[in-house]
Amino acid sequence: MAANKNMLLKKLDYSILQQCMHCGMCLPTCPTYMETKRERNSPRGRISLMRAIADDEMELSASFADEMYYCLGCLACVTACPAGVDYVELFESARADAESSEVQGHGMRDFWRWLTLEVLFMRPRLLRSLGMVLRWYQQMGLEHMVRKLKLTMILPKKLRDLEPQTPQMARSFSNELIDEIESPTGSKKYRVALLTGCVQDLVFSNINRDTVDVLLANGCEVVTPSVQYCCGSLHGHNGAPHLARELARRQLDMFDVGSLDAIITNAGGCGSHLKHYGHLLQDDAVYAGRAAQWDAKVKDIHEWLVEIGFRKPTSGCGTVSATYHESCHLCHGQKITSQPRSILSSIPGLKVTELPESNWCCGSAGIYNITQPEQSAKLLKRKVEHIDSTSAETVVTSNPGCHMQLVNGLLSKPESSCHKVSQPVTLLAEAYRNEVSSPL
Amino acid sequence: MAIAASEFIDQLGKLLGDTEVLSEAEDLIPYSFDGTAALKQKPWCVVFPRSTDEVAACVQLAAKHQVSIVTRGSGTGLSGGSVPLTGSMVLCLVKLDRIIEVDAENLTLRAQCGVITKEIDDAAAKHGLFYPPDPGSMKISTIGGNVAENSGGLRGLKYGVTRDYVMGMTVVLPSGEVVWLGNKCVKDVAGYSLKDLFVGSEGTLGIITEVLLKLLPRPMARRTMLAMYDTMEEAAETVSAIIAAKIIPCTLEFLDQMTLKCVEDYSKIGLPTDVAALLLMETDGHPAAVEDEANRMLDIAKKHGAREVKMAKDDAEGARLAAARRNAFSALARMKPTTILEDVTVPRSELVKMVRFIRETAEKHKLLIGTFGHMGDGNLHPTFLTNEKDTEEMHRVEIALGEIVDKTLELGGTVTGEHGVGLAKKAFLRQQFGEGSYQLLRTIKFALDPQKLLNPGKIFD
Repeated sequence: MAANKNMLLKKLDYSILQQCMHCGMCLPTCPTYMETKRERNSPRGRISLMRAIADDEMELSASFADEMYYCLGCLACVTACPAGVDYVELFESARADAESSEVQGHGMRDFWRWLTLEVLFMRPRLLRSLGMVLRWYQQMGLEHMVRKLKLTMILPKKLRDLEPQTPQMARSFSNELIDEIESPTGSKKYRVALLTGCVQDLVFSNINRDTVDVLLANGCEVVTPSVQYCCGSLHGHNGAPHLARELARRQLDMFDVGSLDAIITNAGGCGSHLKHYGHLLQDDAVYAGRAAQWDAKVKDIHEWLVEIGFRKPTSGCGTVSATYHESCHLCHGQKITSQPRSILSSIPGLKVTELPESNWCCGSAGIYNITQPEQSAKLLKRKVEHIDSTSAETVVTSNPGCHMQLVNGLLSKPESSCHKVSQPVTLLAEAYRNEVSSPL
Repeated sequence: MAIAASEFIDQLGKLLGDTEVLSEAEDLIPYSFDGTAALKQKPWCVVFPRSTDEVAACVQLAAKHQVSIVTRGSGTGLSGGSVPLTGSMVLCLVKLDRIIEVDAENLTLRAQCGVITKEIDDAAAKHGLFYPPDPGSMKISTIGGNVAENSGGLRGLKYGVTRDYVMGMTVVLPSGEVVWLGNKCVKDVAGYSLKDLFVGSEGTLGIITEVLLKLLPRPMARRTMLAMYDTMEEAAETVSAIIAAKIIPCTLEFLDQMTLKCVEDYSKIGLPTDVAALLLMETDGHPAAVEDEANRMLDIAKKHGAREVKMAKDDAEGARLAAARRNAFSALARMKPTTILEDVTVPRSELVKMVRFIRETAEKHKLLIGTFGHMGDGNLHPTFLTNEKDTEEMHRVEIALGEIVDKTLELGGTVTGEHGVGLAKKAFLRQQFGEGSYQLLRTIKFALDPQKLLNPGKIFD
């Protein structure tokens, strides 16, 4: 089992492992290392373990698998690494090997993985149906009642602890808010597609609507298929590369890439993965070419707006002060740092205060807040303290996972001056709307 | 070694608590190396004491059972000084991480050994003070590691090295006894300067658990500039001319074209990559003096063939340039799988010869060598870009390295300016020292550590 020759770590181009010259520059940027001060919890420590497996010096153990899942996958080390180590490739391969080696045992973990990775996030209609059930449960006041009567006590301890983090479903999902094709009122300069995401679609469909509005205001015709597949980042990051490849293919089948100027994503975590379909499908005879073309056209919304020279709003957005928390996969994964700040600073009357440690993970990290609640909570506390120190009334971010995490974090600090979580596109859309209602 | 590993580990667990003792393979492999290429060895165990007393207790236990001790901070050393030995206990001191006192009246700072170097300077800055030594790894290296290795940095030319800032320390001796050496007095000639014995001792004489450091007033102004050259010799000549003009800038850093390309590839701050050499020059101090020195350095650079000289527009840009330079070594790893860093240092007057020799050696042996370094203090870092799995090429690297060492010593230089001897430079030490002084090293070592418990096999056998 452990000597499995088919392990990705053993098949990997060895120079990727050698690239790490263990200088330690990654250590101070790694949230798990800084928490424990233990090398195994650091990027270079993890890489040394991966290399030991590739070199047959160590068997892939449950302890190794645990370590790979203790890693946030925040990629702060990628930004810090002067040697240019491809940590994404190493990390995804290591998690995939941990899964295929089945060292973590069976039982409930298998069930949840099957339910999420293989069922819900492979079937967008089913996921949306579940969202509708949850929405109904929340809107009917059942959630409130269940919590009040402490009926959650019947849940197993782990689920019970997570229950308060259940996201609030949006009143309408993206397909109810956005037409499949929307055209700008003025001249049409670009034709773009919008990827609505999974969580974004169910929880933050208003942000998808805001994204469309901002695009329309900047001369973009927006194509938004009403049913969209998951981008596969969840699968890629969690040791299921075959499912990630399958979803990438379905995604490619959904669009006529050649007819589009850009494919817009507004979720940092999805964007980071979406830009690497070329690599993911490099051995796929049918899709490799299209995937490479796709990569070149995927743009984060902030990146795209700055690239096309977005129109500066003439009205304020109704928010007075804000601070910006960077989504890890936007800043470390996609290296997009100045664009969201440019958008915020373009809004008249909005005071933006720089957040200390703005690119330090908030602990959401995909599903990390579910799989590693303890470490996640420590990171969230650290983040909320920094947010509070800015005295801003709103914290702005650009990824649904961070958004939900910050909402939960602020609930735990009601005395803070910061009460609201928003996103740059939302503030920009608000500012554009205010131009119409109260022209300068 | 009479005791079994498991029993020793049990006893350590009783001393420190089980969570502070690591012994599983998954925990030890990440402690089997430091920042040095191609050296690794698993220890028996890794322990995390939290106080001088706990360090002393661990040392006593190890001494009792004759288990060798390898002390380590963040493991960023570049000579293999903290690479473990078989059957050793790694004493990892990162949890002794408290700054104890900043004394603004006496200009001193007292800290535990595990405090990060940059945090020392940050703490000093809050009082308008300055801790000058700034090794490349200052964002993560520990002050204890810096003292044990006598680390240098980018400001050595004007401000010297770590040794020049150590006023006192707490040391745990190989017997487990704890001693305090030094004080806050600027002048002190009471007895031998024992603290100096431990600075740069690479964990072979004692374990430094606390340090008292000298601080300076923070410079009021700073100017950074870049001079670009078509030949490395012109850059080296500029350095000699600046020093001959009686200017002591805080930084005169040199990067060759290969290093520049790698650094720019990583940092993307607009460094030129079409020049043969670049000098990063910085002057600090009183604003008027800084202005004057900056202008004179600019003139000298132009006179000595600089194609272009650019001034950083503000402190932030200057800091970005210095930060990019600090990443030079790691950035060179982009080119090839294995990066072997050298640390040869020559008297400044011999710089041009040394730089030329390194280039010729690379050509002769058909090797890739990227060179950068602290040109102002004659400290060069020729870096071999190779592949440890290519035995034929590694053999040529070894020959070239030997030739570079020979030339360095012929020019009156030293095999290591700031990285220490550890394992990496051990083979060359006798050649540099000569018999008499080499024996003196051993005499001192065995007087303090007769059982050879502390980092045995490092520096010399």
